[in-house]
Amino acid sequence: MSTMIKMVRNFAAVALVATATPALAAGGAVPHIERQQWSFAGPFGFFDRGQLQRGFKVYREVCASCHGLKQVAFRNLADEGGPSFSEDQAKQIASEYTVIDGPNEDGDMYERPAILADKFPSPFPNEQAARASNGGAYPPDFSLLAKARAAHRGFPWFVFDAFTQYQENGPDYIYTLLTSYPEENPACLGEDFSGNYNPAFLGGSVTAEECAHENLTGGPIGMANPLSDELVEYTDGTPMTVDQYAKDVSAFMMWAAEPHLEERKKIGFRVMVFLIVFAGMLYFTKKKLWRNVEH
Amino acid sequence: MAGHSNYVPQSAAAKWLESRLPVISLVRGSFVDFPTPKNLNYWWTFGGILFFMLVAQIITGIVLVMHYTPSTGAAFDSVEHIMRDVNFGWMLRYLHSNGASMFFIAVYIHIFRGLYYGSYKAPREISWILGVIIFLIMMGTAFMGYVLPWGQMSFWGATVITNLFSAIPLVGEEIRTWLWGGFSVDNPTLNRFFSLHYLLPFMIFGVVILHVWAFHTTGNNNPTGVQPKTKQDTVPFHPYYTIKDLFAIVVFMVIFAWFAFYVPNYMGHPDNYIEANPLVTPAHIVPEWYFLPFYAILRAVPDKLGGVVAMFGAIAVLFVLPWLDTSKVRSGTYRPLFKQFFWIFAGVCVALGYLGAMPAEGIYVILSRIFTVYYFAHFLVILPMLGFLEKPKPLPASISEAVLKGGSGKPAGAAAAPDTK
Amino acid sequence: MAHNTDPEEPNRRDFLYIATGAMGAVGAGALAWPFIDQMNPDASALALASIEVDVSAVAEGQSITVKWRGKPVFIRNRTETEVEEAKAVPVADLPDQNARNANLPADAEATDANRGVEGNEKWLVQVGVCTHLGCVPLGDAGDFGGWFCPCHGSHYDTAGRIRKGPAPENLLIPPLEFVSDSTIKIG
Repeated sequence: MSTMIKMVRNFAAVALVATATPALAAGGAVPHIERQQWSFAGPFGFFDRGQLQRGFKVYREVCASCHGLKQVAFRNLADEGGPSFSEDQAKQIASEYTVIDGPNEDGDMYERPAILADKFPSPFPNEQAARASNGGAYPPDFSLLAKARAAHRGFPWFVFDAFTQYQENGPDYIYTLLTSYPEENPACLGEDFSGNYNPAFLGGSVTAEECAHENLTGGPIGMANPLSDELVEYTDGTPMTVDQYAKDVSAFMMWAAEPHLEERKKIGFRVMVFLIVFAGMLYFTKKKLWRNVEH
Repeated sequence: MAGHSNYVPQSAAAKWLESRLPVISLVRGSFVDFPTPKNLNYWWTFGGILFFMLVAQIITGIVLVMHYTPSTGAAFDSVEHIMRDVNFGWMLRYLHSNGASMFFIAVYIHIFRGLYYGSYKAPREISWILGVIIFLIMMGTAFMGYVLPWGQMSFWGATVITNLFSAIPLVGEEIRTWLWGGFSVDNPTLNRFFSLHYLLPFMIFGVVILHVWAFHTTGNNNPTGVQPKTKQDTVPFHPYYTIKDLFAIVVFMVIFAWFAFYVPNYMGHPDNYIEANPLVTPAHIVPEWYFLPFYAILRAVPDKLGGVVAMFGAIAVLFVLPWLDTSKVRSGTYRPLFKQFFWIFAGVCVALGYLGAMPAEGIYVILSRIFTVYYFAHFLVILPMLGFLEKPKPLPASISEAVLKGGSGKPAGAAAAPDTK
Repeated sequence: MAHNTDPEEPNRRDFLYIATGAMGAVGAGALAWPFIDQMNPDASALALASIEVDVSAVAEGQSITVKWRGKPVFIRNRTETEVEEAKAVPVADLPDQNARNANLPADAEATDANRGVEGNEKWLVQVGVCTHLGCVPLGDAGDFGGWFCPCHGSHYDTAGRIRKGPAPENLLIPPLEFVSDSTIKIG
């Protein structure tokens, strides 16, 4: 019988190793997304107001010509837990956008300045129009992008993530993508390659035969490097670098995707404290009730 | 369910009600006076936890329906409306979506508890089979619920799973079209899934009542697997197990709250934050984690019909489990060999879950096949054979004896004969 | 449960039970609130709480109906005669002597001046919902030349005040102001 048990143990060990090994080996050409420091990470995370306002500025001046923000309303800019513009500032921002309303009494649609209740108008009326204007590529809407993008974490990291509360895969990826554009495209792509290569891009891969040995991560991306130093004017003394722009706009996108993040973490903390104390009291109540029962 | 109450109505109103509808004595007999083995460990609290989760899902679900719009044009935006604008909408939605995962965590623990302690064996076969039916309805409910946000994974998950039915010989195509109400997953599909997603939890509720009725008729199993013999072996359900279950539920809520408030998207898939697009399939279609072992079994078989048969077979085999296990001893505690195989089986299920999330290529496919074969071998070969090969440890004469000998988990004196009840 | 003979013990035990029970009640109460509050108007509904209406095209004797918070709002440019008629009625004769004007103190009297837009009395802006059971009254109708609700026969006069029929109150005047000569902001 003991040989059988040994066999069984060995089998179990083999099974464990067999499942773990391919996961560890599967590095290959997957882009490495470095974990960044964010004010909104962790159980007490909060949005840095200044950062959200700067991020909004970057979005508005650099990204908004191609990327929409259709789920976000102008009133949200003045919401608690957001960029915290004053209501007048938010109204002012809204009035600088034009939305289509209607029909009026004559049955025609008409344009008017946006009000707080309006959502951000998208730069293109539909996906086809967006593709037609962008050489076939579709600039995705920003409203949920920070939650809709994530690099695969793999075993065993994804196990730890549940305990360390790692939920910032999205902004980490966006930041890495924006700061990873190389000065020049890899030589193996050839002179004819006129697109943009980004080693962090998850949505494509390098298929050129000449590059087979280079082990390139990422791939060709429709968007050219959108950022450069000094591109957006910051008035609060924050360095005007690509790195800073990328961080700010990523944080802004996280807020756009999860506007109640601060509230969620604040309420979550109270709920946790309550439940743990309540569980403790129930434990002692249970102990008291059971004290005369052998079990 | 009743029959254990020593309730005698005192007031005139109670007597009036009792002679017309004995609901008070029914509830008292089932959840107050009900004699429960006194040695149940914390694995037994998962029944109560599951009942709590079912109610929590129904309540949060009913509330979400007040704001959700089941239409391909509006579903995705209405979920975002809930997340952004509805008062506490984000909380309700995260509680509901993470609640599904917590529900499955609890149900898997509950199932493995039953497997370890032989809760499926005579005389509790009906309770076990009803449990498997609940599990099946749960999977249907969860699958259809995942379609409702109308994200990319919703859409493509629905497409892949409904296409399974096209594997049925002769009428498969017709059944698939019938399920869809069209020629692809579309508005009619979303609407019927919404309708059924609302209906099925109430069916689960009904089957849960039968499930409880069945094991209240036979009495609870317990860690020794030995039937209670005297009054000393049991305690009334209330307050002993109400307080113990309540404590366990609150501890479970701590974990639930951790996910819902701190890592609400951990168990979801990023692609489901992209609105469904029938023209673009995501690179890796992965079902929710709780389906992954079955998904791995599906993909392990290199044949469309075969894969579907294997996947449904993996659940079907549970229905006949009470007659596959030939051992006369109920609890795994007294079965040294079974114990080993139980943990291997548990490991295999986890491994299948992992493989279900991996791309179907190379080493993953080979491992999936090995583990799939093992999964079925456990039920069809190992369990039937173990009953004959294994020499069980001696059983305690009673629950009380096992408790006095120092913990229910340890075998009692050698004098005790195996319980054949 | 066996009885405890320690005289101090029952108190401590009772305290534990009461404290645990109280904590559970507090938790259940706090948990109930999100489930109740979710049925209140959401942020997008609240954001639509005010509208601006261009009334430059509404000539004397004409009305327009606009939608505010999902309800019709009657905007009427009243004629001289209508205003005179309304002014001639003594407040004491009215079934409802309250102005029901959200822009005035709650106890303001139902004079015509308190019903019309302040400083612009020929304009009458009111929520077009009968105060009886919520139907929409018809314009230019009824025994008093104002509005008439066909559901249960309530008659309103040219200042939107109830004169006859089952409705208990005058038509409600929403919060409003002229933000320019031709634009009214409602809400």
